Amino acid sequence: MRIGYYPGCSLQGSGKEYSESLFAVAEKCGIVLEEINDWNCCGASAAHSLNHDLSVALPARTLALAEKQGLEQILVPCAACFGRLATAQQELVSSEPMRAKMSDYLEMPVKGTARILTVFEFLQEHIFPVADQYIVNKLNHKTACYYGCLLSRPKDLTRLEFPEDPMEMDAVMEMAGATPIDWAFKTECCGAGLSVSRTDIVAKLSAKIVEDAVSRGAESIVVACPMCQMNLDLRRKEINKQMDKGSDIPVMFITQALGLSMGLSADKLGLNRHFVSTGKVVSCVGRKEV
Amino acid sequence: MARIGVFICHCGENISATIDVEKVAKLAGKLSGVAYSVDYKYMCSDPGQTLIVDAIKEHKLTGIVVGACSPRMHEGTFRKAAEKAGINPYFCEMANIREHCSWVHPKSDETTRKALDIVRTMVEKVKNNTALFPIKVPITKTALVIGGGIAGIQAALDIANSGHQVIMVEKTPSIGGHMSQLSETFPTLDCSQCILTPRMVEVAQHPNITLHTFATVESVTGFIGNFEVDIRLKAKSVDFEKCTGCGSCWQKCPSKKIPDEFNAGMSFRTAIYTPFPQAVPNKPVIDRANCTWFTKGGKCGVCAKICPTGAIDYNTEDTILSVKVGSIVTATGFDIKHSDFFPEYGYGKHPDIIDGLQFERLASASGPTGGEIRRPSDGKEPETVVFLACAGSRDKAKGIEYCSKICCMYTAKHAMLYKHKNHHGKAHVFYMDIRSAGKSYDEFVRRAIEEDDVNYIRGRVSKIYEKNGKLMVVGVDTLLGAKPVTIEADMVVLATAVVANEDAESVAQKLHISYDKHKFFAEAHPKLKPVETNTAGITLAGACQSAKDIPETVAQASAAAAKTIILFSGSELTREPVVATVNRSAAPVFTTCTGCFLCQEVCPYQAIEREEIRDRAGNLLMNAAKVNAGLCQGCGTCVAMCRNKSIDLQGFSNQQMLSEVMGLLNEPF
Amino acid sequence: MENTELHTGDKSLKQLVEKSVGVEIQTCYQCGKCTAGCPLNEEMDLMPNQILRMLQAEYPGYENEILTSTSIWLCLACDTCYSRCPQEVKLPHIMDFLRQESVRQKLVNPKAKNILRFHRAFLDEVERNGKLNELGLTIDYKLRSMDLFQDLQNAPSMLLKGKLGLIPHRVQNPDEIKKLFKKING
Repeated sequence: MRIGYYPGCSLQGSGKEYSESLFAVAEKCGIVLEEINDWNCCGASAAHSLNHDLSVALPARTLALAEKQGLEQILVPCAACFGRLATAQQELVSSEPMRAKMSDYLEMPVKGTARILTVFEFLQEHIFPVADQYIVNKLNHKTACYYGCLLSRPKDLTRLEFPEDPMEMDAVMEMAGATPIDWAFKTECCGAGLSVSRTDIVAKLSAKIVEDAVSRGAESIVVACPMCQMNLDLRRKEINKQMDKGSDIPVMFITQALGLSMGLSADKLGLNRHFVSTGKVVSCVGRKEV
Repeated sequence: MARIGVFICHCGENISATIDVEKVAKLAGKLSGVAYSVDYKYMCSDPGQTLIVDAIKEHKLTGIVVGACSPRMHEGTFRKAAEKAGINPYFCEMANIREHCSWVHPKSDETTRKALDIVRTMVEKVKNNTALFPIKVPITKTALVIGGGIAGIQAALDIANSGHQVIMVEKTPSIGGHMSQLSETFPTLDCSQCILTPRMVEVAQHPNITLHTFATVESVTGFIGNFEVDIRLKAKSVDFEKCTGCGSCWQKCPSKKIPDEFNAGMSFRTAIYTPFPQAVPNKPVIDRANCTWFTKGGKCGVCAKICPTGAIDYNTEDTILSVKVGSIVTATGFDIKHSDFFPEYGYGKHPDIIDGLQFERLASASGPTGGEIRRPSDGKEPETVVFLACAGSRDKAKGIEYCSKICCMYTAKHAMLYKHKNHHGKAHVFYMDIRSAGKSYDEFVRRAIEEDDVNYIRGRVSKIYEKNGKLMVVGVDTLLGAKPVTIEADMVVLATAVVANEDAESVAQKLHISYDKHKFFAEAHPKLKPVETNTAGITLAGACQSAKDIPETVAQASAAAAKTIILFSGSELTREPVVATVNRSAAPVFTTCTGCFLCQEVCPYQAIEREEIRDRAGNLLMNAAKVNAGLCQGCGTCVAMCRNKSIDLQGFSNQQMLSEVMGLLNEPF
Repeated sequence: MENTELHTGDKSLKQLVEKSVGVEIQTCYQCGKCTAGCPLNEEMDLMPNQILRMLQAEYPGYENEILTSTSIWLCLACDTCYSRCPQEVKLPHIMDFLRQESVRQKLVNPKAKNILRFHRAFLDEVERNGKLNELGLTIDYKLRSMDLFQDLQNAPSMLLKGKLGLIPHRVQNPDEIKKLFKKING
C-alpha cells in the first residue's frame, strides 16, 4: 500500500535531520514515502490560538490534496503537525456542516478519510517486520525516550498503549540494542512553541526533563518531535544555566538512532547538524553478534 | 344487568382544581349501566370509603369505578371497601384522573372531557370483569444467604434467631468478608476482628444455620417461597470431618509463594491454607490451581503424608447440592480498584503506592508487618505518608462518576492510625470534599485534623512519580488560591473507588435480579424499598447494592432478614390473581391450545409449564401450555404471542381490553 | 484576521465559551487537578482551575481579569489538564477561545504581547507563502517585537548546519492560500 508523507515546515527547515534520517531508514528497508503534492503548513499553535476555522482549514487543505492524490494513509512524523491534522480530521468527520464549510473555503472537496499515522505506528507496521534483516549494530548505551505532549495526548488520537508511561519508542530502542531507562518525565512538556517568545520558560521546563534523564543515568535522549529536539538541543545553553550542573547529553531523533543500528553513517543521518554533539553516542555503537 | 357505581374524588384540590369533578360525576351518571354516580372530596378517607360501602349496599351495585389517583396508590383500599360491602373486590377498578389527567394538563374543558373519557373507559371494562380469588402458594421456610461477610452474617443470625433454617453460602474458605481484613473501624476505632469474630463463631455454632464455605451458587430456579437452588461445593481436598485444624499441613507445604488474598497481595501463603488464623471454619482447603500435586501430576503430597488424621484427599471432586429455600438474601459484597488502575500514578509499578485494604493489612496486628506501618519496598518506616481521597471515584473520565461513600471516613482513620503508630511522622490528605454524615463521624474527622495533626489539603493530585527513592506527589491547594504543592512522600495510600465484584453480573443473572451499569444490584425502589429487588423473594444486604459502611450494612441486613421473616410468618403466600390462564374445557376438546409453546419461549419469568393431557387409560393425548400461577407476573406477553388466543390474562382479558377501547371511542355525548 | 462571527451582545463570557466550545462550564467541580499538573503553573498569574471558577462565578470584573491575564497566552496546549481531568472539561479548547476573545476585545496583556506577535508573524508567513520559513518568520517577529538581538548568536550556526534556508519554500500557487485566508477572515 502506498504511504503518503507530510513533512511539515519543521522537517524542511530546523528539523531537517529528522527527515533525512527517516528517508535513510525507509530507503534501507525498501519503503517508499510519497510526499503530498503542494502540501501547506498545518498552522501549528498560531492558527488554533487565533482562529478556529483557520486551524481546521489549513490541515484540511493538505488532507484534500492527499485524497486527490489517492493516498489512503499518511505518515506525519512531526508531533505538532500530527496533532493538528488528526484534530482537524476528527472535526471534519464528526461534523457534516464543518466538512461542508471547509470544502467550500478550500474550493475543493475534503472527506478526511485518510488514515493518519504517527511515526511510532509507521515504525511498528513497516519497519519492525523487517528490522531483523537490517539491524546490524547495537547502540550500547542507556537512553531516555522522550515522547513529549503531542505524541501522547489526547489519548484517543495518539492511541498509545500506556499514555502516561509509553513504551513504543522504548521498544524501538531496545530493538536497536540500547537500554531504555524508566524515568519520570517521558510525557512532560518541553515548552513547545514558546521557544522564541519565552525562551526562559522553555529553558526551565526542558531543564527539568534533562535533569531527570541525566540523574537516572541516561546517556542520550531520544525524541520524535522536531520542536522537542530543538528545545532540548538548540536551547542547551539556556537549559544548562537552569541546572546545578550543565549537561552535554545529546538529543537524537528516533529515526537517527534506528539508522545508526542499521549501519548508516552519521553524516547520512544528519547527526552533524546538532548543537550538542552526538559524537559520544555514535562512538558507543558496536557490531551486533549474529 | 350491570349496576355500576361511579365515585369521583376531588383529592382535595389535586383533581378538582383542574377538572370539573361535579360535571364528570353528573355525566357519568348518564352512562348506560351506571346506577349511581357521586363526587366527594377525599374518597380514600374513612367517610369516603363508608360512602362507597353504603352506596354498594343501598343501590345494589354489581361493580364500582373510582375516578381518583393511580391504582398503585389506592386500588387496594377501594377493593377492600368493595369486599366489605359484599362484592368480589375485582369488580372494583380505578379510573386514573389524577396522574393521567389533572396532574398533566391545565384546567380546561378538554381536560374535563378527558377525565370523563377515562371514567367511561373503565365503566366499560368493569362490565366485563369477573370474580377473581387470590392465589395461595406454599412457602418453604428456609432462607438462603449468599455471602458470608458482615451483611450475610447479620441477616443469617436474625433469621436463624427467629426460629427459621438458614443456609449460608460463602465462596472463599472462610466467612468474615472484608470486615475481617480491617484493622480498626470508624468512628470508635474498635478492633474489627474483635467485634466480628464472635458473630462468625455464632454463625458456625448456630443450630439453625448450615454453613457452606468454599461454595458458590450454581443455579436458581423457582419463585418466591419455592426456590430451587443448586450449590456447588468446591472440592476442598480436605475432609472436614477428620481435620482437626492442627495446621501441620500448611506449615510443611512447599508452595509458599502464592500472593495472599487476605493480606491484599502483600505477603505469601501456601497452597493448602486457611485464609487467616481466626477463620471460620478453621480448617484448610487446597488451592488446586497453585498446588504442585495438581499442577505437576501427583508430585509432592507432603500434606497428605504429614496429616495426623489422614484428612487430605486429593481425589475429591466438586459436588452439587440441591436445596429448596423460600427466600434469598444476596449479601455478596464489593471489591475496590487497585493502584494499577491509575496511569498518572504509575500504572501500579511503585510498590509504595498502596490502596486502602493494603493499608488496613499493614495496620492490622495480624498483618504482614505485625501492625507496624512499613514501606512494602524496603520495610522501612515511612516518615511522610500522603493519603489521596477520591482516587477513582467521582471521576467521569475513569468511568466511576459516583462517590464511594466510605473513603473520607477511612482515610481519616488511616491517617490517625499512622500518626498513632508513628508519632513523628507527617500525614497529608489530599481531598475534594469531606463526607462524614454519620453519627459521630464529623467529630472523628475533626479529631484527625485537630488532635492528630493530620494536614488536610483541598485539591487533587495530578501525578505521582519516583525520584531518588521518594514519591513525588504533585498536587494543588485550591483553598490557597490554587497553589501548586508537591510533597515528597515515603508512602502513598490511595482511597480507591468501591466497585462491584468481578462476578457480580453473573450472580445477578443467575438470580434473575436487576443491576445497574456499574453492576451494583438494583433495589426495587430507591426510597421506599431499599432491600427488596424486583424479583419477589430476593432481598439485598450490604455493599452489593451500593457502597456503604458497616452500620448501614448491618441495618440493611436486618431489614432483609425482616422481609424474610415476614414472608415466613404466614402459612401460605397470597398472590394477586392477575395471572395468565390457558383455557381448559371438557373432553374431547380439553383446550384450544395447540401446544406450540411460543408463550413459554417469550415468558420472562419462566412461568409457563407443559402439561400432559392424558385419557383415562393414561395415553398421552396432547401437550398443552399451563401457567404456574405462583411465578406468573401478569405481564401479558404470552397473551400477545398466542396465535389462537388460548391464553388470556385474568383481570386484563382480551374482552376487557377491547371493551375499554370501544368505550373510549364511542362517545355517547 | 480572526473570525468575528460571535457577538458579545448581552451574553456573559461563560455563555460565549459554552456556545463556542460546546462545554458545560458547570461540570468543573474545582478539584484543581489541572492546576496541579500544568507545566506553567509557576508562571501563570491565574491558575487554570481559577479561570474556570471565575467563569462559573460571574462576579463583576472577573471577565476582564480573565481576558487580561497572561495565563491564557502562556498555556501551551499540552493537554496535560484535559487528559487527567475527571470531568473531561475541554480546558485547552476553552483557552483557545479565551485567547481569541481577548484579541477581539483588545484586552491582551502587555506582558503577553510578544507571544501574540509571534503567532501573528507565523500566520503572516503562512499567508504569504503557504509554508513557514524560519528566516522570514524570525525577521517578521523581530520587527514586531523590536527584540532585534534575540537568537542572533544562533543564526550563523543554523545557517552552517543547513537548518536555516535562505530561499523560502512556497506552495505552487501562493494566491490560493491568500484567498483562503481572506475567505476565512471575512
